[in-house]
Amino acid sequence: MSQVAHAPEHPTVTGIDNRKLLMWVFLASDCLFFGSLIATYLIYFGRSVVGPYPHDILDIPVTSVSTFVLLLSSFMFVLSLAAHTRGDYKAFRVWVFCTAVLGSTFLGFQVFEFQHFVHEGLTPRTNLFGTTFFTLTGFHGAHVTIGVVWLLTLFFLSLRGKLGADKNLAVDLAGLYWHFVDIVWIVIFTVIYLTGVALGPGVGK
Amino acid sequence: MRPHWLLALIAAIVLPGIFVAWMIWGGYEPNLPQSTFQADGPVGKLQKDLFWIIFWSATVIFVVIEGIFVYAIFRFPRRPNQPIPPQTHGHQTLEIGWTIAPAIVLAVVAVPTVSALWQIYNVPEEKAGLAIEVRAHQWWWEFKYPNQGVVTANEVHMPVGTRVHFTLHSDDVIHSFWIPKLGGKLDVIPNHSNVIWLQGDEPGEYYGQCAEFCGEAHAFMRFRAVVDTQADFDKWVAAQKAPASAAATGAATTGEALFMGKGACTACHTVAGTNAKGVIGPNLTHVGSRTTIAAGIMPNDHENLVKWLSDPGGIKPGNKMATVIGKSIKLTPDEVGALATYVQGLK
Amino acid sequence: MASIAVARRESTFWDTVWGWVTTVDHKRIGALYGITAFIFFMIGGVEATLMRMQLARPEQTLVSPDVFNQLFSMHGTTMIFLAIMPLGAAFFNIIIPLQVGARDVAFPRLNAFSYWTFLAGGLLLNSSWFLGGGLNAGWFAYSPLTGLTYNPGHGVDFWAVSLLVLGTASMAAAFNFIVTIVNMRAPGMSLTRMPVFTWMTLIVSILIVTAFPVITVALIELVFDRAFGFNFFNVFAGGDPLLWQHLFWVFGHPEVYILILPAMGIVSEVLPVFSRKPLFGYPFIIFSGIAIGVMGWMVWAHHMFTVGMGPVANTVFTLTTITIAVPTGVKIFNWVATVWGGQLTLKTPMLFSLGFIAMFIIGGLSGLMHAVSPSDAQQSDTYFIVAHIHYVLFGGAIFAIFSGIYYWFPKATGRLMNETSGKIHFWLTMIGFNLTFFPMHFVGLNGMPRRIATYSAGMGWDFWNMVETVGAFVIIAGILLFLHNFFRSLRKGEVAGNDPWDGRTLEWAIPSPPPEYNFERIPVVHSRDPFWEQKHPHPLGVPAGASQQRPGNRAQQPAVAHAAETHEVIHIPSPSYWPLITALGNAIAGYSLVYRFIPGLFIGGALTMFGLYSWYMEPTVKHENKKH
Repeated sequence: MSQVAHAPEHPTVTGIDNRKLLMWVFLASDCLFFGSLIATYLIYFGRSVVGPYPHDILDIPVTSVSTFVLLLSSFMFVLSLAAHTRGDYKAFRVWVFCTAVLGSTFLGFQVFEFQHFVHEGLTPRTNLFGTTFFTLTGFHGAHVTIGVVWLLTLFFLSLRGKLGADKNLAVDLAGLYWHFVDIVWIVIFTVIYLTGVALGPGVGK
Repeated sequence: MRPHWLLALIAAIVLPGIFVAWMIWGGYEPNLPQSTFQADGPVGKLQKDLFWIIFWSATVIFVVIEGIFVYAIFRFPRRPNQPIPPQTHGHQTLEIGWTIAPAIVLAVVAVPTVSALWQIYNVPEEKAGLAIEVRAHQWWWEFKYPNQGVVTANEVHMPVGTRVHFTLHSDDVIHSFWIPKLGGKLDVIPNHSNVIWLQGDEPGEYYGQCAEFCGEAHAFMRFRAVVDTQADFDKWVAAQKAPASAAATGAATTGEALFMGKGACTACHTVAGTNAKGVIGPNLTHVGSRTTIAAGIMPNDHENLVKWLSDPGGIKPGNKMATVIGKSIKLTPDEVGALATYVQGLK
Repeated sequence: MASIAVARRESTFWDTVWGWVTTVDHKRIGALYGITAFIFFMIGGVEATLMRMQLARPEQTLVSPDVFNQLFSMHGTTMIFLAIMPLGAAFFNIIIPLQVGARDVAFPRLNAFSYWTFLAGGLLLNSSWFLGGGLNAGWFAYSPLTGLTYNPGHGVDFWAVSLLVLGTASMAAAFNFIVTIVNMRAPGMSLTRMPVFTWMTLIVSILIVTAFPVITVALIELVFDRAFGFNFFNVFAGGDPLLWQHLFWVFGHPEVYILILPAMGIVSEVLPVFSRKPLFGYPFIIFSGIAIGVMGWMVWAHHMFTVGMGPVANTVFTLTTITIAVPTGVKIFNWVATVWGGQLTLKTPMLFSLGFIAMFIIGGLSGLMHAVSPSDAQQSDTYFIVAHIHYVLFGGAIFAIFSGIYYWFPKATGRLMNETSGKIHFWLTMIGFNLTFFPMHFVGLNGMPRRIATYSAGMGWDFWNMVETVGAFVIIAGILLFLHNFFRSLRKGEVAGNDPWDGRTLEWAIPSPPPEYNFERIPVVHSRDPFWEQKHPHPLGVPAGASQQRPGNRAQQPAVAHAAETHEVIHIPSPSYWPLITALGNAIAGYSLVYRFIPGLFIGGALTMFGLYSWYMEPTVKHENKKH
């Protein structure tokens, strides 16, 4: 760490960089945000007055594919962080770009799904399921979008040679965020898709 | 040298004492119409008795802690040239003591609390007694007696000594159903049908008021509960089931014509036995028999009726009647007088 | 505050303005927070006064019911989100870095962003008065009264959007203080040596970052319903009005502790100093604070005892709620024990802190009364509750805030506030407060519902309502005297010196006002009251929390002076206007959301992103960057 003199930071009490601690606290806070949205979804589960209901419309196979894509992107990011840490910036750029592409693919699936649902007659105004479904998955999609922009920013910064070893933390932070968004999706996938369909038409109204 | 201990002791007794005395002298007014200090039914009594247990426990705690605190303030002033006092950081036994002591007090208080709570809120499936359906509107009350076939508004009658189950409905916003002298309140919430039971043990007229903020005229959403003897209650039910009395005088006949015609009152109000079948406003079949008008805010007399019919928006801002009376429907003072005479005759 | 400004090289008026606009100095941001919040406090006070005048006699028509409804809705919102919370934030900003021995907060520009966003949210909310009227559905804004059907105006939109903006500000500030307190304490300041005010700030910040996401979701749901026709609270689509209440109070109860814990922290600082004794039972006070913070999450439905949750839920929430009395009691007992056997100097800060305890006990006990759900059914939504919350939030929080202002004013400005005026202010406040709020217990128990625009003459509430109104004017007299004292003391107050009160914590070891960099050398801490130990080397044994292993060295290592290095470069973060630009983007997006003007939403959002991006790219310390 030859460039330490450049960094104005003092050593911290915990040994964790301030920005990293900030990210952890932010993610804790975001847990409560998604927790409240998921709670709303669950409270209203089965309380829609009119259809379409979850089991009428949710497509598990397609969403399983998009879930896999997002999981794969997390794996790609692990590779990109590892590459950056060992100083292989070219590999870093390849993997981080792949991560962003996979993230965008996930978003593509989501846009397709939303359009399909609207076509099937489910909008946020249709019933409680539509309202809670679009809000919850929409806010997750917004998080993914911010993540993709962030990843691409790192990619271009690295292209311009502005993401050297002293900026390893910046990559690390993006990773924390990206993995978090991924984990949230796994919860959402379980709660909305798997549970919603598994409980069947009788309950999932 | 402790020159201040007596002064400190006096202050420690007097200062908290002022608050206790003030509370009792200023606060205890059971004769006021909505005072919770007088309970004329079992629910209210449970709540009042419980209140006194908590109140006196709290008062004892208050006097003791504030007393010690005030004593300390007066007892330990800084004097010139004092050496630094002992830098005590704490006391293990004291800490344990004053953690456990309040916990014990609270545990003791919890027993009558939970007991009262289940008696009040545990409504059995089999509801003995009288059933009344309450429908709260912005800003008036509708009462329906499903087993008696009676519909009325803003004045609910209940027989003395009988357990009454009120099922609470709302089609608009949240309200709260409260007759202080009979018992505590329960909210009236759309998509929920809460059930509250109350019982009046003393015949009389009781004040009720909406206790959840419900919009512009929330302050004017009151009602009356009349606890009748069983005989009076039966008489009342019989009277309510009868169709509206016909217009008796000339002015009343004019008023009836206005009610059914130009006044367009029928769009919102029902008068059983006539063409008036509106359901937006209160049922007026026997409005003349009620003690108040406009949801318990004015005594039911000719002068007030004229005031109300001339300018409902001025008396109860935001109410639905105010959107038509004086706007799309303009009545002369003579017409208003006739209308009031007719309405008052609906006994 | 003028004397902070003096420390800078600023020549013209506009230089001064620019200096304040771009400042990232925690002390200046604290001053901005304090002054802004006090102005909002006075606006909230005017709203309260109008209500008291309306209710002084029965059947008055000074204001219409609609205006009255706006007054109490805006009064509650203003006092909670624009006065007490940011006044707390003002103390966090000015005091925390000084108490933990840091040169600034962890993220100075984020701090500036918090302030500007708070200002934007406050102005957004209050501008509704001039744009068709404010919120008229109560500060709790129960659905469905906030739905478009019952509330077609923009008051609800202004309220919901401004609370989203204010929530952003609060959360940003809380992130900052968590990181600052956890990561930037001076060497040797372990958690068990941290000043109580810092501890309470940490707990409050954790409550903010966990509770505000919940209200954020509730507000988003409300805004989506109103702006885009979603169904969250649409009763006809099966929506449940109680969902709003649960979300609101899951946030709302921790919020109560967000308001009161900083006050408890201030009092825990003031009492030891003016008693010349350490805080009694420090670990118990800290642990009680943590317990209150945790238990605050388990009691929310006690705001909903009358919604018909059934006997099981009412029993559970009754029991959890009365349990909170235990840690609260422990705190009070420890404060009383701190005073006991001390040497009390009844200066104004001490008077307000003592007043806090005396009044908070009343508020706590009335709280216990309506924790008991069966009898609460008679008290809920009456003036008895109004009395309770004011004993907690005025008798509690506001008394402590005044205590804190009198206590830290000399540190922030270098001058003392006038003692005589201060004492008169205290007694006016104490008497006025009790005249205003004590009789509310009476009228409440005698059946007066809260939030009613007027009442009939025959109800028997006239006399005490008149007394309450008179009391309100006594409070106002006190506030006016305070303002006079404040501004006069800024210019003409007695020069304070570093340590006017014989303080115990680090902030009293440095000059008043503190230099921009606070500590010339980062202090090394050896005990819980580092500065006191330095001044009064323990004649009575090893102080609590002191290092066990090397007690002999303490005399050679005073708390505040020596750090290891000698030629340390002090890095002062550069001023920046990007936080302001980012906050401006939020404000534009906010107004657009209120008026459902979608292009404006994108413009505001784009400006926010642009501000954030430029902020991300801007070097924190400019002169260093040139060394490349």
